[in-house]
Amino acid sequence: MTPAHVAARLVALDLPLPWPFEREYMQLALVAGLVVGVTAPLMGTFMVQRRMSLMGDGIGHLAFAGVAGGVLLGIWPVWSALSAAVVGALVVERLRSRGAASGDLALAIFFYGGIAAGVVLVSAAGSLNANLFTYLFGSILTVGPDEVWVVVALGAVVIATIGVCGRALFAMVVDDEWARVAGLPVGALNAVLAVLVAVTIVAAMRVVGILLVAALMVLPVAGAQVVARSQVGILRWAMAIGAASVIAGLGAARQWGLAPGGMIVLVAVAAFAVAVGGAAVSRALAGRRTGARLREDAAHRHGHGHEHGHGHGHDHGSPHGQGPIADPEPARGIIGDRS
Amino acid sequence: MSEPLVHVTGVSFAYAAEPVLEDVDLVVGTGEFVALVGPNGSGKSTLLRILVGLLDPATGTARLFGDDPTRLRARSRLGYVPQRPALGQGVSATVDDIVSSGRLTKRSWLARPTATDRRAIDEALDAVALTELRRERVSELSGGQQQRAFIARALAGGPDLLVLDEPVAGVDVQSQLSFRASLEHLVDGGGSVLLVSHELGAVAPELDRVVVLKRSIRFDGPPEELAGQGVSLGVHAHDLPLWLEGITG
Repeated sequence: MTPAHVAARLVALDLPLPWPFEREYMQLALVAGLVVGVTAPLMGTFMVQRRMSLMGDGIGHLAFAGVAGGVLLGIWPVWSALSAAVVGALVVERLRSRGAASGDLALAIFFYGGIAAGVVLVSAAGSLNANLFTYLFGSILTVGPDEVWVVVALGAVVIATIGVCGRALFAMVVDDEWARVAGLPVGALNAVLAVLVAVTIVAAMRVVGILLVAALMVLPVAGAQVVARSQVGILRWAMAIGAASVIAGLGAARQWGLAPGGMIVLVAVAAFAVAVGGAAVSRALAGRRTGARLREDAAHRHGHGHEHGHGHGHDHGSPHGQGPIADPEPARGIIGDRS
Repeated sequence: MSEPLVHVTGVSFAYAAEPVLEDVDLVVGTGEFVALVGPNGSGKSTLLRILVGLLDPATGTARLFGDDPTRLRARSRLGYVPQRPALGQGVSATVDDIVSSGRLTKRSWLARPTATDRRAIDEALDAVALTELRRERVSELSGGQQQRAFIARALAGGPDLLVLDEPVAGVDVQSQLSFRASLEHLVDGGGSVLLVSHELGAVAPELDRVVVLKRSIRFDGPPEELAGQGVSLGVHAHDLPLWLEGITG
């Protein structure tokens, strides 16, 4: 198969993948899901760092108002949701940075304002459009090729921007004041962060739904923080957990006929539980090894003293006396990366 | 004589109707180690924030390397250590991550760290004796170790002037000694230090000047001159805070 053939099949999403992704609709879902599975935790890493884990929820509700507005006005809801989410995210950021409202209060205002506006707009449309539910709860198995490529484009914007601004964004979320003095454009970086979160939410709303989008931003990061220490390590683990959750969630949803958005999030919850459990087991094993070594050393010292007591004239330089008594390594997880 | 690194003239500042600084003058020259001391609420941190460009003075002028601090061109010449940020469990960054960000003042965000960057980071970690903990998560370190990580971040940029806001508040003795060694390292290399603190015990022997602030400048001179007034900076570590609280006006 020539590269041209591969490209043509990729565009048509007619790829020779095994079950559960052998059908076109599953391949469309897989592509959209993987983009969101990578970009949502990527942005979530920054939001968790700056203790605004629930920003995804707040902006998601604004996106819902945008969807309702799009339905009312006959605009493709993705565009109206994107407009509402971006404008809302910038206003939230401005309120927060100006000190007019704390981060969580600013989010709460938009959280409730967005859902209320959405309900009013839906009622103004005259009926509760069933299409709205596909945005609230996600409907990844029904996404068409047009929507998939919009999701891919939005994801590419997010990843490219983080590729350019990532180091500066990390420095800012860790220490805003230092970043200002260091000459980083903190106001612009905060605006970039807010817009990227809005873009990610809009990309994710057809995959897991507005109500669950924040979960896909936060849960993989929570799991990654258990197994990794460095910023790069956490980013990589969070994106890997997000992507794996999408693959496993889609597979489980197809196998048992369950809601895919919910399954993806449940897999992410399970991944977090496995990470926490694995870390606990790892610490326990490390503790047992340290205890065993200390007991062994104590036994050696005891045996050494006993021989002296019997007057065998052991040399003081005997290897028995040289074992490290203390200096136990702190218990560390065997699954943690050290990058 | 070369232009001073810090040149503050007649600076005043007020929060709402409450005056915090009145007609403050301050100069820090090349290679000087200056401590700015004063009781709580004396305006030390406000003056520092004006110096680094985070606040504008109501009246007077502040110059850093000859520039307005809010529009400073030579940002990489300034190393800043803010009061220790409250790092919770949410902030997941290793010591290496924190110190590496100090090189952002020197290079493009896009550029990958070069051998020069890595060498500067290694030297900064070595200066604060944190090399062995470089892969540890900062939020899991002691307060003193965290503070040293932030000093290393400032040192990594190779600053000409290091400005520190209460760096040893609540820090253990071992960390204070490491802190002193890291500042010696900078001053020995020709750098200048402006230290805001009300605990000077660990660094007292290194100081060139002490500036006492309580809304306005109350003393500006060598530590020996302050000692002549019966105030000890080093041996009796509690003398200075008691004296500062006793300043009236």
